[in-house]
Amino acid sequence: MFEKKHEMIRKLAREFAERELAPIAVEVDRTGLYPKAVWEKVARYGLSGITIPREYGGAGGDYKSLAIVMEEFCAKDVSSASLLMGNSLSGAPYLYFGTEEQKRKYLVPLAEGRTIASFGLTEPGAGSDSGATSTVAREDGDAYVLNGRKTFITMGPLCDYAVIFAKTDTGCKRKTDGITAFIVESGWKGFSSGKPEEKLGIHGSITSDIILEDLRVPKENVLGEVGKGFHLAMSILDAGRVTVAAQSLGAAKGALDEAVKYAKERVQFGQPIARFQNTQFAIADMATKVEAARQLVYSVADKLDRKEKVTTEAAMAKLFASETAVEVANKSLQIHGGYGYMREYAIERIYRDARILPIYEGTSEIQRLVIGANILKR
Amino acid sequence: MNIVVCAKQVPNSTQVKTNPQTGTIIREGVESVLNPDDANALEAALALKEASPGSTVTVVTMGPPQADDMLRECLAMGADDAVLLCDRRFAGSDTWATSNALAAGIRKLGQVDVVLAGRQATDGDTAQVGPQLAERLDVPQVTYVMACEPKDGKLLVKRQLEDGYELIEIGTPCLLTAVKELNEPRYMSVRGVYDAYDKDIRVWGLDDIGLAQDRVGLDASPTHVFRSFTPDPKGKGVILEGSPRDVAGALAADLRRRHLI
Repeated sequence: MFEKKHEMIRKLAREFAERELAPIAVEVDRTGLYPKAVWEKVARYGLSGITIPREYGGAGGDYKSLAIVMEEFCAKDVSSASLLMGNSLSGAPYLYFGTEEQKRKYLVPLAEGRTIASFGLTEPGAGSDSGATSTVAREDGDAYVLNGRKTFITMGPLCDYAVIFAKTDTGCKRKTDGITAFIVESGWKGFSSGKPEEKLGIHGSITSDIILEDLRVPKENVLGEVGKGFHLAMSILDAGRVTVAAQSLGAAKGALDEAVKYAKERVQFGQPIARFQNTQFAIADMATKVEAARQLVYSVADKLDRKEKVTTEAAMAKLFASETAVEVANKSLQIHGGYGYMREYAIERIYRDARILPIYEGTSEIQRLVIGANILKR
Repeated sequence: MNIVVCAKQVPNSTQVKTNPQTGTIIREGVESVLNPDDANALEAALALKEASPGSTVTVVTMGPPQADDMLRECLAMGADDAVLLCDRRFAGSDTWATSNALAAGIRKLGQVDVVLAGRQATDGDTAQVGPQLAERLDVPQVTYVMACEPKDGKLLVKRQLEDGYELIEIGTPCLLTAVKELNEPRYMSVRGVYDAYDKDIRVWGLDDIGLAQDRVGLDASPTHVFRSFTPDPKGKGVILEGSPRDVAGALAADLRRRHLI
């Protein structure tokens, strides 16, 4: 599955994560911001557009490479996934559904790391039930006028533009019909973002509401077909789930690494706790789960690279890897004992960061829904 | 400007262990990496290239076929081209023989304006190949370069000394050896990695570089390793604790007991 170039991508990502991300992880957790210099370096080395084709400013790489970078980055800092968002939810809508002009205007600067983009699907009343969108878009001459509120939007306060989903036809029988995707620039009149949410973890990934008040969007900024927005959102989720699965794998690996390091250092009852069978068994279980998650993540990434349909497997990878991350972080913290509860130890941060993984980009329950439905209809 | 960088693949020094019986380096299972000083040389070459558009950077190494990995890493960092001098008859070369092979390889490349090399490799630690190469190519050299910038068609370089530095203006062609203070080597780029595997690396043997057998290899090498050994590890140290007065007293007493003062 892996070629030599993938080994080299891993080396690049590992060196970058060790030298650029690990030293600032504590600071980013505290301040909630990555220094501008880090964003610039991510862009300079082509990490902001790994999977985006070269003609649109990316590196033209594959999903395995993206998963590798995600794993290595998140093993050092789980919230660093936000630095790579252009590769997934932020960039994919333009790549797969944008017109040539839209790609030039919005995808190219994103792939080159010059802009930040958000994905505005979730609403206060439309989370897992994303068809229940209540943001509306009213046609008015050569434009649509948007009104509504999006919530929990990653990079909301920092984004230069966002894809916003809104109802263009409220009279449809099926509620998933009549939703349209719009490209909205944050500088336009009627666009505002709410105050950054205070979260349990992933502080480096800033989250807020996006509020749309009588916001005029020219018709050329409709993304994809009018009324087909729900289909657009669903069709890019597979790749998005693989990305979060890889992020989860990184988190789990990071938690395991911390447990191994601590178990060798910590002496109790006259010997390192790594000598106790209880510790060994815990580490064995953790390492086995991490390896299982790894196999699942890369096998789905490989299928994506071969353009196979991966809806079920992507949901499985996301479900398993994210729950593994929480479980391994929990066990690792337990191995750390009281020290694991203290801010000085990285596991305290990893434990908080990991908790989002079974929630965003489709909760574990939604993944089970997808997996169950697909298997039973076969 | 045509720039050549001489590089060497070395065992990752943070992982190296030696066999206590034979004193030799255990290379099995140890990752091979680009010699750190050579990474600084490559970074300097890439910076020179950026300052003078139209320049090319070619990396040259002598080594076994596995050195291909290291050369591709150099390409992924931004080098344009790479040459591997690879031939069983090169095996066992010391610095004298290695510089013969490198000089012949570089001459075959045609006109070269700047040759950059790392100060020394972490496995041999001789720091001889760079200076020898300059002599063989008959170009002026500056070793221990800690800063380098182009200036009016020449180079302005800072040469590191133990207690200061020399500022030297040098014309081209020339050879410079890099120390780690010279710069911070860049990472490979994602695009660079992908492109590195689409490029052909030229592999030249002894006959390709037109060198006689008596100039390279073990038999041609005047250096003979008489014995290699690992120095005995130092004993465990003692940490004295307490107030400065107590510690000073205890230290003096201990040194006296050992008849050192």
